[in-house]
Parts: sequence; C-alpha cells; structure tokens
Amino acid sequence: MIPTEVLVIGAGPAGIAAATAAAANGRKVIVLDDNLAAGGQIWREQTIRKNDHRPHDGSAKQRALEALSRSGARVYTGWSVFDAHASGTVEAIQRSGHDEIVDEFGFDSLILATGARERFLPFPGWTLPGVFGAGGLQALVQGGYSVAGKRVIIAGTGPLLMAVAAHLARQGARIGAVVEQAPSAKLARFAASLFADPGKLMQGARYRATLWNAPYRTGCWVVEAISGRQNQLQAVRISNDARTWTEPCDLLACGYNLVPNTEIASLLGCAFNGSFVEVDETQRTSLPNIFCAGEPTGIGGVDAALVQGKIAGLSCAGKNTQSLQRKAAAGRAFAERLERTFALREELRSLVQDDTIVCRCEDVPFARLRDRNGWTDAKLQTRCGMGPCQGRVCGPAVEFLLGWKPVSVRPPLFPVPFEALCSQSGVPETENASSQN
Amino acid sequence: MRMPESVSVQINGAACQVAQGTTVAAALLLADQASRISVTGEPRAALCGMGICFECRAIVNGIAHRRTCQILCEQGMTVESGR
Repeated sequence: MIPTEVLVIGAGPAGIAAATAAAANGRKVIVLDDNLAAGGQIWREQTIRKNDHRPHDGSAKQRALEALSRSGARVYTGWSVFDAHASGTVEAIQRSGHDEIVDEFGFDSLILATGARERFLPFPGWTLPGVFGAGGLQALVQGGYSVAGKRVIIAGTGPLLMAVAAHLARQGARIGAVVEQAPSAKLARFAASLFADPGKLMQGARYRATLWNAPYRTGCWVVEAISGRQNQLQAVRISNDARTWTEPCDLLACGYNLVPNTEIASLLGCAFNGSFVEVDETQRTSLPNIFCAGEPTGIGGVDAALVQGKIAGLSCAGKNTQSLQRKAAAGRAFAERLERTFALREELRSLVQDDTIVCRCEDVPFARLRDRNGWTDAKLQTRCGMGPCQGRVCGPAVEFLLGWKPVSVRPPLFPVPFEALCSQSGVPETENASSQN
Repeated sequence: MRMPESVSVQINGAACQVAQGTTVAAALLLADQASRISVTGEPRAALCGMGICFECRAIVNGIAHRRTCQILCEQGMTVESGR
C-alpha cells in the first residue's frame, strides 16, 4: 500500500488546484489520474509532440501545472481507480501497452475531482463509425486523428460545441454547421449574462471569429445519421420541429452537454443532491474525510472547478477558505445559468426508435427497454448497462428517456483482470505474481 | 537524443505508419478499421475519446479489451479489432 495524507482522484483543473493547495500547506499529497497526462479534458493537448512544439507559457494550464509541480504533490497518470473505501483506501490499476500494475493507496482525506463526461442521446444511426461525441472527436484529433478537409457537423447542446467547432476548424475541418438544440432566446439571455464575465465573453468572441463562415443553427437538433456504403456516415437529418432537412457530412460530433462522474462518490456512500454530490462550503461531502470539487458538484466549468479545488485542498490542510467563498458562489451561479440555458428539450425524447440501440455495450434496442419497470428489471431481462462501460453511456440516456434513476454502484467500477481482484483481497504480491506464471 | 518522428504498428495485419504520440484509437480511425465488432456484428469506433465509453476497446499486443484511446502507439505494436 502507498500511504498519503491527502489523496486526490482526478488531475483536471479541480484536482490540480486541490493538490496544489493541500501540498503547498504542508500536506503529503498524491494525485491519481486515468488519462495519459494531467490536465483533464478541458486542458487536454495534442499527444503528438511536433518539432516546433512549445509549451504555452503563461496559459492557465501551464501556470496550474507549474504550481502543482512546485507544491511537491506527486502525480500518478494512467492510474484508474476501481474500488474505494471511506475507511481510507482506494484500489487502482495502471495499464500500459504491455502490462498491468495494481496497487492500493491509503489516505487520511480523499478529494474527488473526477470531472464530467458527455451526455449521449440515442438516435437512429448514432452507432455508425463516423459519429463521435463532440468532445470525443476533439480528444481523438488531439490524439492524432486527422479531420483535415473533412466536412464535420457539430451537434447537441452546451458551450462545448463552439469550442470543439473552433478547434476542428483550426485543424482543417470544413464545419458544415454547429447545431444547438437550445432556443435562441435562451442563448441570448445567456450571452447577455456573460457581460459580467469578460473572460468568458472574450472566449466566445474568439470562437465566433474562428467560425465566421460556419452556420450556427439554434433550436435545431440531429434526428438521424445516414450511412452510405459500408456503414460509412454520409449525411445527417436535422430538424427544427417545423421542418427536417438533410446535410451531407463526413463526420458528426454530437454531445448533449455534460454529466458528472460520480461513480466513486456513490460507491463511498456520499449523499447526493439530485445528480450531484452534496458538499458544504468547505467542499466536504456527507462523509467527514471525503471532499469533492468541480463538475461532480455541479457542471460549472473550469473557473468553478479551480476555486472549488483550491477550497477542498485548503480545507484538507485545515486552512480557512472564507476569502474564496464569493468566487465559489459566482461559480455556482454560472452552473445554474448553464443548466437553465442548455436544458434538454422534450422533442429529444422522441429521437429514439424501437430498433435504435440504447446500450452500445450489449446492443440493447429501445423496444426491449420501453416496457421494463426500472433498472433492475432491465438488467435482468436485457443486460442493458451491464457491459464494460457499466452504464456510463446508456445510464444518463435512459434517465432522460424513461426517468429511471441510477441504482447501486458496485466494485469493480469498470472491468479489471481477475488478478487485480486477487491482490485486493490480501494475496501477497509474490504469490500473486507466481500465479500468473 | 533524437526521437523518431513516426512509428510503425500492425493494424489487423497491415503495417501502418503513424506520427509518434498517436493514440491507438486515432491510429484505428486513420486506418479506417473498426475498433471492435459489437455483439450483434456491427463495426464500432471510438465515441468518447476519454476512456469512458469502451467503444474503442481492441486487442493490443494480444491483450483483449484495451481502451485504445488511453494508449499511445509504440513501434512494432500489434492491434486487432476486438470481438
């Protein structure tokens, strides 16, 4: 076991801020992150190091990572947490191209900074190759996929769509349209509210400048992805309720805002407020030694995550956080405005057809789910939500379509090799290693 | 020390040159290969790009069910679509 005073799960903005604040105030800190590099999703960068690559000096990410490095906190990237106990341990696995290492991490205080994922809604054709999440396509391009010369439609809802479209345009994609389901009146109110926040307003203006020739269609949504030869995406059908039309495209990037990653908080038994982890002003959850910061407490973006992370880190170090509370309140207010602006419209519930696959892991079509009376029944009868993603994709979709609330979360939080469970139950390392030979 | 600019990986038996730092999921997309075949036989490719959806899982160096969006290509790596 690797013991530490403060264990942070997630090295996005919230986790980085939390680890930095705790370590700079004398606490021994370890950060675990599932991804290849620290930064989380919002600060994800190209994994290809070009010869002319220079670090973005002075960027918020650069400043945060430098402060983290100075603080003395240790960052373990590529480690996925698959079990956690409020008594003070988590189990994690590191997987490379060749091998897997399982270890247990001990903590006095735990900070959950597990971020968010995209919400996907099923519609006919959404399982075709060529259909991605919005942030999903951006992440894959950052991982080396090329969209140069490809006609891309970006659809769904949320502020992420513009950021993704601007990024893909800079990478040479031809942006067919940005299709936002929120109505223009709500978006206008949201834009007006940003005048109180010049940073966010400027960012929006920069995206618009990059996308000056791409149509931004509000109050519209994709109803179908159409394939041509060999399952290749060819076009999408877009509707605004009054009419439906076809737009040709090579790729579709479609995501319906974000949902929080709360599996570890559920497993630990933290109290929830709706979909989000309940926290007090010090970011403490209902469990005294467990804190939570960033998107799992409310989808508020990077600024809210940074201040909440800092508060959580300082709280673990026994410091006062009064001076940060005004900024934290502003972050919560922004989260509420986001939620109102990008609330899903009723029409999206009728995109799914009887033969549309809802659970992609187990290929369960909507017809087999519609008449089930909840998650337990659906799992027993159809295996919906029981594949490798453990309902991370179909769960939020089913909640929107059928109103089923998530049921109990159990370890392992995602598939791990059998050996990982053996070492967890106290089999000595040597014995475990020899059993693999 | 000079790093090579590209690496060669085998994707479903075909050699593919990709830039160093390319994720295996991106390499599968560049090679126009499904990452896996679904339980009803549909070809699938990466969806979320961040290790959540498991649609990009494939067989990497003989090990099944690897999330290819979380793995970088290495010289000589073998990748096969998962089933």
